[in-house]
Amino acid sequence: MTPATPAAEPHTAFEAANPHLAKKKFLEDAAEHVRDTGHRAFVRKALGGYYTSRDTQKSRYRDWEQARDAASLAKWSAVNRLDELLPRFVAKFEANGGRVHWARNAEEARDIILGLLRATKQEAIIKSKCMTSEEIHLNAAMEADGYGVVESDLGEFIQQLRGEPPYHFVFPCMHVRRDEISDLFGKHLGTPPTDSPEELTMIARRHMRRLYIDADVGITGANFLVAETGQISITENEGNARLTAALPRVHIAISGIEKVIEHLDDLAVLLPMLATAGAGQPMTCYNTLYAGPRKPGECDGPEEMHLVLLDNSRTALLADPEQRDALHCIRCGACLNVCPIFKNVGGFTYGTTYQGPIGSVITPHLRGLADWNHLSGASSLCGACTDACPVRIDIHHHLLHNRRNAAISAPSRLERLGHRLFVMVAKRPWLFATGGAVFRRTLWLIKKLRPPLLRDWLATRDLPPAPAHSFRSLWRTRA
Amino acid sequence: MTTGGSNAARDTILARVREALRMPAPLPHMKSHAAEATAAAGPGSLTILPVEFAKPWLPDGGDTAEARLAILTENLGKLKAAVHRAADLGAAAGIVAALARDRGWRHVAWHGHANVEPVAAALPCQAERVDAGAFDKRTLEACDAGITACEAVVAQTGSILVSSDTCGGRALSILPHVHIVIATLDQIVATLGEALDAARDRHAGRLPSMLSFITGPSRTGDIERILVLGAHGPKELVVVLVG
Repeated sequence: MTPATPAAEPHTAFEAANPHLAKKKFLEDAAEHVRDTGHRAFVRKALGGYYTSRDTQKSRYRDWEQARDAASLAKWSAVNRLDELLPRFVAKFEANGGRVHWARNAEEARDIILGLLRATKQEAIIKSKCMTSEEIHLNAAMEADGYGVVESDLGEFIQQLRGEPPYHFVFPCMHVRRDEISDLFGKHLGTPPTDSPEELTMIARRHMRRLYIDADVGITGANFLVAETGQISITENEGNARLTAALPRVHIAISGIEKVIEHLDDLAVLLPMLATAGAGQPMTCYNTLYAGPRKPGECDGPEEMHLVLLDNSRTALLADPEQRDALHCIRCGACLNVCPIFKNVGGFTYGTTYQGPIGSVITPHLRGLADWNHLSGASSLCGACTDACPVRIDIHHHLLHNRRNAAISAPSRLERLGHRLFVMVAKRPWLFATGGAVFRRTLWLIKKLRPPLLRDWLATRDLPPAPAHSFRSLWRTRA
Repeated sequence: MTTGGSNAARDTILARVREALRMPAPLPHMKSHAAEATAAAGPGSLTILPVEFAKPWLPDGGDTAEARLAILTENLGKLKAAVHRAADLGAAAGIVAALARDRGWRHVAWHGHANVEPVAAALPCQAERVDAGAFDKRTLEACDAGITACEAVVAQTGSILVSSDTCGGRALSILPHVHIVIATLDQIVATLGEALDAARDRHAGRLPSMLSFITGPSRTGDIERILVLGAHGPKELVVVLVG
């Protein structure tokens, strides 16, 4: 892999000051979350309904596996022709009356958006769910410049009030209990306590309606960029993205460059599969294509539409043919929902914008393999993520590829020494036999002394009792 | 129209993309030999387009008008949308008027369209037209319901396709608490692909600024993954099938 771009910037101020501590923090947070059985049970229960509805929807496909082939073909064919399709999309998008802004990194993207806000003298901003904006830390930048911004997606709104990033990039507040949400709304919105999810949702609905109408600028993400027609496609359930792109005077969308697809028709495959894999739905409630601002003859809609196209190290991942398919990701979140590691360590432990298996694959590319290779180990290699992926990204093998690349780029002296010792012993049968005999007789001592090298391993595991005889002696005396 | 400052960024990014793609990626792992054969000639040279390849494997949309109607009705029911059948527009107007009376609606918004006008004319309450001159979004927010036409109805997923051009702009189908769709039976298509093709061909050269597939009433599962209808968009979706 030849990194064509500098690594993306750190996720938190803590990480910025201590990049080498990402692994230490991951291990500490993981240990803490694994001990929290209440949290684990809560997350498992929340995902229980997902498995049932996903399987029901999958059974409506005449062959889910062949449909996955088609979805994979659509993304593979587009990502591998980004050089051709990206300019084609941009030309069409601009012909539709939209304006495109290119950003090499997070800082440029923030500057573009702040520049647009300044130029249009807008103050009230409503935002719908957009992981790319989390990636570039947009809210903090807008707030630092004095703009008020409200997240309109219910889960994102709850996380904004809690002062936390999303826990899961599709289900942002799946770790929060309803009584906590009731308290949160009581504190910030002055509403009476309730334990009904419906009433809590209606509180947010009533609160948000006035904000859509008063907002001058609406900021959204984008799920697909259609090269054939220059439209952007936005997928959502709540209707908040539709309102965000309908009522304010200016619409700003942010998207990674890898979201381009070639044909409008590709959406006939990708939209239902995104919904089924990600949330167990036949389609999400609103799948909307935008082609520029309000057209003459239309009775409403924004006067301006801007699209910020973000690289932020995506081209570095593109430059690795072995793992390029990680850019096929349509951010459905299916790999998180099935991952035993995610369900045990929770979303925050990753310390990344994109959590779970796909986040563990792409983060080392976006933010540096040296500091983030530990995520490659955050996997049981069970392959559940790869099976769940609707666009057939080879997720669990890419975790192995990252481990290999890390070992090549920064080999561990201890591992090298260990392997050299093993080769030396294994090549000499007498030494191997003697070593085995010594090991069988001293295993009890190892268990008791817990030497520093094995201490972490032994902390959560029991060593089996030592066998009385070696395999080779059993083989010699076989009947 | 790209701004001067971002020209350098555009050139850098496109150069990086070209450089990155000089090394070809392997074919993705596929289940079927047919998919591998489709991709064998390389990206951009797929022998079958993804939508055609997927067509036999995606959920069924029905081969006949009767099958499509049956699948559609079942899907809309599962999505918790209300479905009404009407012989003609006059009957549709009666259904909507009865609904307005039962619910005690005071303001209902509508737009100029041959399928919507007779329904709006029969409303027993204040009818607010959104596409005849300046219209305040606050007035629309205060409406109990919005009535729109549609571009197509998709049996496969139970989706309604609306556009900003032919369905009263962007807000009418999302801001009022109840969304009523007037659709004719000949607007029912089997698959999402057919709906997209029809919309693209109908608006060839001048796409509406918004095309939206609406699949059931607005919903969220953000609180403990429990389904709640009416997150920010309409709490109810009423589909009146005419014909």
